[in-house]
Amino acid sequence: MPLETTLMVGGEAGQGVQSVGFLLAKAFARGGYHVFADQDYESRIRGGHNFFRIRVKDKPVSAVSETIDFLLALNKETIDLHHRELSRNGIIIYDGENIKTGASDRFFSIPLEKIAAEKAGDKIMSNTVALGAVLGLVGYELNILLKLLREHFSKKPEVAEQNVKAVRAGYDYAQAEFNGKPGLKLNIINDKAQMMLLNGNEAVSLGALAAGCKFMSAYPMTPATPIMEYLASKSKEFNIAVVHAEDEIAAINMAIGAAFAGARAMTATSGSGFCLMVEGLGLAGITETPVVIVDGQRPGPAVGLPTRTEQGDLQFVITAHHGEFPRAVLAPATVEDAFWLTVKAFNIAEKYQLPVIILIDHYLSTAYNTVEPFDLSKVTIERGILFSGKDEDPAAYKRHLVTESGISPRAFPGLSKALVMTDSDEHDEAGHLTESAQERTAQVQKRLRKLAGLVKEMALPRRYGLKEADLTLIGWGSTYGALREAVDILRRGGQSVNLLHFNELYPFPAKIASVLSRAKATCVVENNATGQLARLIRAETGIGVSGKVLKFDGRPFTPAIIIDGLRKEGLV
Amino acid sequence: MVTIADYAGIKTAWCPGCGNFGILSAVKKALVELKIEPHQVLLVSGIGQAGKLPHYMRGNIFNSLHGRPVPPAVAAKIANPELIVIAVSGDGDAYGEGGNHFIHAARRNHRITYLVHNNQVYGLTKGQTSPTSDSGFITRSTPQGAPVPINPLALAIALDTSFVARGFSGEIDHLAGLIKAGIQHPGFALIDILQPCPSFNFKNTFNWYRERVYRLGADYDPTDKLAAFARAQEWGEKIPIGIIYKKERPTFEEQLPALKAGALVTQKLEPRGVAGLFDEFM
Repeated sequence: MPLETTLMVGGEAGQGVQSVGFLLAKAFARGGYHVFADQDYESRIRGGHNFFRIRVKDKPVSAVSETIDFLLALNKETIDLHHRELSRNGIIIYDGENIKTGASDRFFSIPLEKIAAEKAGDKIMSNTVALGAVLGLVGYELNILLKLLREHFSKKPEVAEQNVKAVRAGYDYAQAEFNGKPGLKLNIINDKAQMMLLNGNEAVSLGALAAGCKFMSAYPMTPATPIMEYLASKSKEFNIAVVHAEDEIAAINMAIGAAFAGARAMTATSGSGFCLMVEGLGLAGITETPVVIVDGQRPGPAVGLPTRTEQGDLQFVITAHHGEFPRAVLAPATVEDAFWLTVKAFNIAEKYQLPVIILIDHYLSTAYNTVEPFDLSKVTIERGILFSGKDEDPAAYKRHLVTESGISPRAFPGLSKALVMTDSDEHDEAGHLTESAQERTAQVQKRLRKLAGLVKEMALPRRYGLKEADLTLIGWGSTYGALREAVDILRRGGQSVNLLHFNELYPFPAKIASVLSRAKATCVVENNATGQLARLIRAETGIGVSGKVLKFDGRPFTPAIIIDGLRKEGLV
Repeated sequence: MVTIADYAGIKTAWCPGCGNFGILSAVKKALVELKIEPHQVLLVSGIGQAGKLPHYMRGNIFNSLHGRPVPPAVAAKIANPELIVIAVSGDGDAYGEGGNHFIHAARRNHRITYLVHNNQVYGLTKGQTSPTSDSGFITRSTPQGAPVPINPLALAIALDTSFVARGFSGEIDHLAGLIKAGIQHPGFALIDILQPCPSFNFKNTFNWYRERVYRLGADYDPTDKLAAFARAQEWGEKIPIGIIYKKERPTFEEQLPALKAGALVTQKLEPRGVAGLFDEFM
């Protein structure tokens, strides 16, 4: 049996839920465990209910579990809301001197505030005491955490030592009072572990830096804000200009301007901010300017649920803007995927000279996962066909030259004598505005011809499980981890199930039709209310699905929710 | 040696008597006098009759969306600070649809020159009121009369825009001088250009402007903010043209750490540098 456990830290905003959860996750990752952690929070700075849920396993893991083995409750509401999620041997760690609740052998009361005041000199350190207590309960190596704290507070050594005292006090108390009681001991697997613990936003940011993104403009919006903040923090080191624009309209138009000038450029927002960017999307389309746009989906319409998750923008991003022009849509399935698809997004944007949308969602943007360091020797930079002005006559340069592939060589203003001209109006090959029916037809056809090459770049969906099965589950984007695990559980129960999972969605890899048409029964699993992938599959292949498991309450899927949905559909 | 002929563009589609012709001549004259060649210039325009100007001369051209020339212009300047970047708008483009971009680009002080062709009316859409139409100006979209106009100069001065000027399309040499000063100015340079629209504005005609505009004298100090604000209020009997306000302050580009190593567009793209960041996540 694999060794695994799920811990949850819950409390109100301002209680340090995120910090405590993240340090726990990182402590386990440093000891060689695989970790998957997700966050749930409200759109407020103080109060409300937040949690940070960490699944720790001695094998790769990429989904959350429904049951909690260790619930660290920093307030009473956490107990009220989550005690039903406890596993058979699950326990609650709380401060019984502050939280009055019914006692049982599952309630582990630790006087967190008292210990904090006595040992660390301030009761505000109670959450840090709790952090130590959790590790004490499972007998984990304390030194890993102490080292982490000292690194975390490296600029404030006195704060670090205060935290160390608090953690040690919590650890010692838990060991002395409850030694071995939880019945689970987590030893270090490998103290030389070299795994990274990062979330989807960080993976996108690293992907952008690896791809040579030189310009990023954005307007802050959950869940994408950390991308601009991370890139801004690396501005000097990586020579990447980051502009906090006045609005999303400016953000995309700036990215387009920088890309036109010759820099790899991106912007990042949520679906709601993408609404404002739609005008610019078409500008990138008609001017054939490569630009990468991250849409961190959250439930809409309008402001919707700003700090929660949904896969509600698929149909929107593939059809957004008036008129017809090519674009690409990539939807990372995992944190690791977020890195590689960002690299790919920059390459296909430049090769095909069009906008590429990275369709991620709040869940994956903020979920942490352990991954092996990315193999950078596999990162390629493909800038597409360029006009250097050295061997060719600059006077003859035409930005929108009609070619068989639809791709016109790119030149950059000021870098040669070639004059680079383009227009949001329909234009002729040179880039001057035109009303000619012939020129219009030629330019529309030329732009759309790029799709033929582009679709060949789109990977087919990943298959997981049996080659042929009685039931094929179909998903896209961030649901991959939960779907894989649902397949594993169903197969262990004797069911014939497999998974087709899309992460490169548009232009749709229609070759998959031959596989889909052979499937006995198919069911899409989507974090939206209407089955948007099912509609896309039908539109592109004519194939309908047998069932739909949909969830649109703003929360992510778990394997059990998927299986429950399949039962309700009568498919398992 | 670059000459006016090097800037000859395609045939115009403007109405006879349009103020744009004078502006086009002044832009070319300014560039030639500064010995700037067409390939060194990036002209970014919006939509409206003014937005067509780049096509009628030569240079690199990005004809953007209505109201949006400023964001791509400032970004292109960041990506390649060697480029001479001139954004071109009309009054609707700059102060209506693009008002927010104008405000924030001026505030950030990007080193671009922003020419706003201000004819106080919408031309391309045939005669509706514009943000700068005189109060009470009757059009088919405002049969009750236009509300109080935006005062672009006063707005720009309030924002501490580092260069604020007004020209008149009927005084080409003077306007060319302003454009030259704008291009040479290290920062965001707004040049609001009064121009007649012979097709749709029968109030603010060529003669109307001609009778009212006067050049600011040598004794005028454009660094005096309150004096500048007072001049910006003048409208009606007398309308000043010239450099109204100037305040040198650091440009956005010179404050960007990313540009210390030179233009972004000429840097080598090197994926392996990212390896140095992996430790942060371990």
